Formats: sequence, C-alpha cells, structure tokens
Amino acid sequence: MENEVKKEVLIEINNLKLIYGSEGDSILALENINLEIRRGEFLCVLGPSGCGKSTLLKTIAGYIKPTGGSCLMQGKPITGPDWHRGVVFQSSTLYPWMSVKDNVEFGPRMRDIPADEVKKISKFFLEQVKLTGFGDKATFELSGGMKQRVALARVLANYPQVILMDEPFGALDALTRNNMQKLIRDIWKENNSTIFFITHDVDEALSLATRIVVMSKRPGRILKEFNVGFTHRLYKDNSIEVMYNEEYFNVKNEILGLINSQIEE
Amino acid sequence: MDSEKQTLSKKDPEKEKRKNKNEKKLTVGTWVVILIAWYLITKFEIFSPTLLPSPSRVLTTFFRLLEDGYNGVSILSHLRASFRRLFLALALANATAVPLGLLSGYFSKIEAIIDSVVEFYRPLPPLAYYTLLILWFGIDDKSKIILLFLAAFAPIYLACVSAVSKINENYILSAKSLGANQKNVFFKIVLPACLPEIFTGIRTAFGVSYTTLVSAEMIAATSGIGWMVFDASNFLKSDVIFVGIIIMGITGVLIDAGLRFLERKIVYWKGHV
Repeated sequence: MENEVKKEVLIEINNLKLIYGSEGDSILALENINLEIRRGEFLCVLGPSGCGKSTLLKTIAGYIKPTGGSCLMQGKPITGPDWHRGVVFQSSTLYPWMSVKDNVEFGPRMRDIPADEVKKISKFFLEQVKLTGFGDKATFELSGGMKQRVALARVLANYPQVILMDEPFGALDALTRNNMQKLIRDIWKENNSTIFFITHDVDEALSLATRIVVMSKRPGRILKEFNVGFTHRLYKDNSIEVMYNEEYFNVKNEILGLINSQIEE
Repeated sequence: MDSEKQTLSKKDPEKEKRKNKNEKKLTVGTWVVILIAWYLITKFEIFSPTLLPSPSRVLTTFFRLLEDGYNGVSILSHLRASFRRLFLALALANATAVPLGLLSGYFSKIEAIIDSVVEFYRPLPPLAYYTLLILWFGIDDKSKIILLFLAAFAPIYLACVSAVSKINENYILSAKSLGANQKNVFFKIVLPACLPEIFTGIRTAFGVSYTTLVSAEMIAATSGIGWMVFDASNFLKSDVIFVGIIIMGITGVLIDAGLRFLERKIVYWKGHV
C-alpha cells in the first residue's frame, strides 16, 4: 500500500446523523459518520444494499440536509447542490431533448462561460470519454455505456472539485463495465480529479480506489477503512484486469467478511 | 434495467413495416365496405331517400355547396367562423392552462387553489353552463369562445399537473448540480420534460372543444358548420347534413394529424424520457 502525502481536505463530515421522515414514522439512515475526502483521492464506498450509501452521497451533494452533525466543503457547510460537486447517477439523467453535445455543454452554459470556450470544453471532454463525433447524436441513440460516458463528460465539463458517483456502472454489462472502469481510472489520473464512488462490487472498489470505506447495514455507520493501491498498478500497466495476488485476496476476503457479517445478522 | 428496456423497444423494422402495411390495407378495406354498403342500401331504397341520401347525391350537394354556399353564405366562411372560435379558444387555453398547470404541479399551494375548481367543472357537460355564458356574455362569439376555452382548459391543465409530478427527480437534481438556477431548471428542464404530456393534453383539448363547438353552434348561432347541419335538419335536407358531418369528420382528422405531426417534430424524443 502506498503512503500518500496528506493533501488538502475537500469534504469533511463530522458526526453526521440523518433521519428520514417525520416523527413517529422516521428511519435512522445514517449515524455517527466521520469522513474526510482529500484532493486527488479515489474513495469507494461499499456496503450492503439499503445501508445508506446513496443517502451519504446525497448529503454530500447537498440534496439532503443533515439531521445532526455537519458536512463541510473546504470548511464551509454544504447548503445545497452546486457545480463544485458533480454527480453521476446510476441510470443516466441525460436530457433527451438535448443532443449529446448540448448535454455536455449544459453546465458551462449555466455558468455563463463564453460560447467559444464552451465549445472547446465539450470537444475536449467528449474526446476524453472517447465519444468524438457523437456530439450531434440524440442521447437515446446511445448504448448504456455511452450514455454513462456522456454523463461523465457532462460532469467533467464543469471542472468540479469532487465527482460523486452513485453506482454509475451498476446497470452495465460486465465487459462494458471493465472498460468503463479503465476509462474512469485514466480520467481520474490525467485530470487529477477527486472521486467519491459508491459501488456494491468489491472487485470494482479494489480496482479503482485509493481508499475503501465499508459501511454497516442500517443505520449506516462506517465499519472500517482500507487504504489500497491496486489502481496505481493497473494505471501503470495500462491494463483492465487486476493482477490477482495474495495481498489482493487478503483485502478482498476481509471486506467480504465484513459485509457478509452485516447481511447474516 | 436500462439495457433491458432498450432491447424491448427495439423491434424488427422490417416486420413493423409489413405489419403497418397490412393494417393500412384493413383500414382502407373497412372504408370501402362502408361506402359499398351505403351505396347498396340507397340503390335498393331500403330507407327513404329523404332520410338516407345516396353517395352520388351527397357528392353533388357537396359541389353545389362549394359553388353556391349554404343559404347564400359560402361553406368556407362557415368553416372559417367555426375555426376562428375554436383556435382563439385553444390559443387562450394554452396560454393560461400551461403556465397554471406547471405552477400547480410545482407549488402545492397553487394547486390547492385551482385544482378543486377545475375538478368541479370538468365533468359538467359544457352545454349545461353554456346557457349561463350566453346570459352573461351575449349570444355572439364571445360566449362561444369562453365556452370552448373552459372545455379546453381542463385537459391541458390536468396534463401539465400530472406531467410535473412525473418528472424524473434526478433530472432536476443533476441540473442543480451542474449549476442551473431555479429559473433555468424551470425553462430548460421542467418545461421540456413536460412537453410530451402537454401535447397529449392539447390533442385531448382539441377533441373536447371541437365537439363542444359543434353542439354550441347548433344551440345558438347563425354561422358555422354546426349551425349549417342544424339548420339543414330543420328542413330535412339530409344531403346537406351528410356533407356537414363528413366535413366535420375530415377536418377533425386532419387537424389531429397536423397536431401529431407537430408533436413528432417538436417532441421527437417522446418515449425516451
């Protein structure tokens, strides 16, 4: 495991507690969450389904307000969604009434970036997600993987501080998913992005993350954190498949054990 | 889930085309049968020709009406009178029902004000309150346009409310996370997302107000295609009644086809939301 130099804290979550619904009919979704996201990290969150992973992402995005504790971005409380935290959802939320290019350009346009600059941005990021020449297509002409690539380009076009991804490859077939994992890793490395990535796939987490957070079943708490570095090796070798070795299996088994202990109870 | 939906919607285009062709044949065949039956019934005079005119007589009446008009007024100006009422009312209904419907879907307080009123008058047969409108606004076009406006308002309004409630929440959340403000969310996301359903509402509104128009013209008018049919029935001119009904039917179908054409052009992404 690599020793990373401590970098700037972008997101700081302190004693976060989240209750859904009103009194009498409320659900405690998250409890006692303490988490930091540092610049340049690829943080993966694993946990049994219904454990509040998405709730955590929505709180960071600013869609939900914490019931207790605080959620800070660069020291300031997060009060609502803004373009510094881009979100990629599990199923694409591309707007079908806009072309692929217009979808990518939506963010910069909303921020009143000059038109020629916007053009450059969309060209650059469509190329980065390997969709050059698809700009004028309608979104519904694309395959599932392509749609997620456009959704990614749309978020990247805003140069957000943090990219939040909620099981973005969960609906894709295995082959497409592997390619998408390589793509997101390359983009993360090249752009030096910071990514908060939710998944239920341990192998996906291990092949992408620099740090993995395992959550308990509801109410979601953080059970354990793992610092891992397989993604660096994969990037260096420019490969898609993880080199399975003992270290890999040790971490994987420990994570699986943790998650299974939550399901069996 | 996504890919599943895609494969389901992907149909074999060749098969589709063949199916369409067969169905078109059936549609044309149905009309040929209807026309032949009509011809035979009148040929053997099963009913009195005063009640059921022959196709050829209806056709000659049609050309006569085209040339001389009905009671000295050309058939086109009757149609013009009808459609002026119809389209003014529809334009007015669109201009008010779309914004009010979208706002109602957006803000529950506005819905609380408008919705119950719409729900109350919507099931009423328009002709029931038409008498009141005549008393208030006079017997000329004003009362008719208001009547048609009311008939058209409800379906468009309700379509808008339901469209807003069905919007994919993540569309709005993504837009906010991409930097869109409240106004942009409304005009760039909510409005286009609702357009397919708004179009359906407009087509329903057209149908409702068209039938209302014809009945209103039968009650109180001195022009319009509905009045022509009503007047002809007073004098047992069944051939004129036939021509009137056929014109109403064909114009109705044509206008709906026009609306559907616009729908395909404007909301070409319908079904992909």
